[in-house]
Amino acid sequence: MRTTFSIATALILAAGTGLAQDSNSLSIEGEPMVTEVAAPAHMENVDTIYSGWRFRSQETQALETDDFENPAMVFVDKGIDLFDKVEGSEGKACSSCHEDVADFAGLRTTLPRVEDGELVTMENLVNECRTERMGAEPWKWSGGQMTAVTALIGLQSRGMPVNVAIDGEAAPFWEKGKELYYTKVGQLQMACSNCHEDNYGVMIRADHLSQGQINGFPTYRLKNAKLNSAHGRFKGCMKNIRATPYKEGGEEFLALELYLASRGQGLSVETPSVRN
Amino acid sequence: MKHASLFGLIAALGATTALAEVVAPTKVMFDEGVVAASLTGVAGDAAEGRKVFANRKQGNCLACHANSDLSEESFHGEVAPMLDGVADRWNEAELRGIVANAKMTFEDTMMPAFYIDSGYVRPLEGFDGQSILTAQQVEDVVAYLMTLKEE
Ligand code: HEC
Ligand code: HEC
Ligand code: HEC
Repeated sequence: MRTTFSIATALILAAGTGLAQDSNSLSIEGEPMVTEVAAPAHMENVDTIYSGWRFRSQETQALETDDFENPAMVFVDKGIDLFDKVEGSEGKACSSCHEDVADFAGLRTTLPRVEDGELVTMENLVNECRTERMGAEPWKWSGGQMTAVTALIGLQSRGMPVNVAIDGEAAPFWEKGKELYYTKVGQLQMACSNCHEDNYGVMIRADHLSQGQINGFPTYRLKNAKLNSAHGRFKGCMKNIRATPYKEGGEEFLALELYLASRGQGLSVETPSVRN
Repeated sequence: MKHASLFGLIAALGATTALAEVVAPTKVMFDEGVVAASLTGVAGDAAEGRKVFANRKQGNCLACHANSDLSEESFHGEVAPMLDGVADRWNEAELRGIVANAKMTFEDTMMPAFYIDSGYVRPLEGFDGQSILTAQQVEDVVAYLMTLKEE
């Protein structure tokens, strides 16, 4: 399969040379992103990791290079409004306490992380503020309000390298995520690794398989024209192999999210990315 | 009423006789991956097998395998070996084994076992206890694969 991949890369390179845009190097608003880097030491079967951006068509790729073109930005704007919106019994908005959303720079790169013995990610932190500090209803994990705000907060880390902790108290969660990644599930009996580790770079029917990286989430998908959470994507991939997905926000998907994030250590955060 | 129940009885009888000849997914006899006997006793229909092969909800074999005989279908997968001339490489009994349960021939392959109905981890509702293909669809696909000769 690796041979096939290098052929595919060579083709992309060849196709790219004649064009203004180089489909191997991504700059967003002029800022260069790391879309390819040596795999972290814990990955035994992969030498180089690549952003999912590298596997998309030139048309899709182009949408992510410029915030005017990026269809996700409409939702980010909605996130800005939500950030300032007073809700709940305490009469507060996010901005009542978090004056400048830019203060969240760097946060995305470190999530999920362990807090008080529990693995938590961006959606948990946001809902914790809503329920504990605002006296408001929690947002639905993959709902439009949540993804708008997680995209806005994630954007503050754009260009920074993914850097999650996998040792210490994170270790057992990471191990669990790794086990899930390699477990064959569903009537089609496939594991995440079958598609995203063994076969990235090749076509599975009409789809060009990537490494299934999560550095760009929440992601705008042309397919459903909205922002998609990472857990929503895991769910979709499980349904495609006719497996019952785990619960969004549940311990399995949190562990899987940590493991996947760790397979992308060093890639730039691309939130909000554009995929098909 | 009388007529209806009589008709029902005949239909039920018919179904039982047909079922009796079908080898259940758990009863398929593999000898080093090879399945010598037909799963149904009814000869496979290659034309039908060609459809099952391409259909995304049935074999969806094109997801992973390219096959020049189906050039009218767009998007052939690159995950697995091209199936042109596959009948020159394998005989019918071997192909039946590969389609029924490829894991008996290729250890730890990602190719799904198309004729098993148990041992699934977290199957989606509605798919538990179901094989991906029916016994006759397996026979039809095998008959179709037997037409893929180059020599
Ligand atoms: C049958 C093949 C297959 C399996 C198995 C599979 N996926 Fe995917 N996955 C795809 C395809 C096709 C896409 C869309 C193209 C791409 O990015 O690879 C995708 C996309 C993704 C993406 C989005 C990548 C991006 O850049 O936005 C993530 C994340 C992902 N998968 C995670 C998983 C996880 C986790 C599992 C296991 C629970 C899994 N996948 C199992 C086929 C698969
Ligand atoms: C009443 C005050 C208050 C409100 C309102 C509030 N937060 Fe918070 N938020 C906090 C405090 C306090 C922390 C914990 C800071 C710490 O642990 O250092 C926090 C932490 C966070 C964190 C984790 C930051 C980190 O670096 O660990 C995120 C993300 C966050 N809030 C988002 C939001 C969002 C989104 C909203 C609105 C939906 C919101 N907050 C509303 C007070 C508030
Ligand atoms: C998800 C991927 C996938 C699907 C779907 C799939 N296969 Fe395969 N198939 C493979 C792989 C991978 C191999 C190579 C064996 C190995 O794993 O080493 C293979 C091998 C084979 C072989 C042996 C090929 C040779 O030339 O030696 C045959 C025959 C075959 N498959 C038939 C089928 C048929 C018929 C279907 C549909 C009913 C199908 N496959 C669906 C992945 C797949």
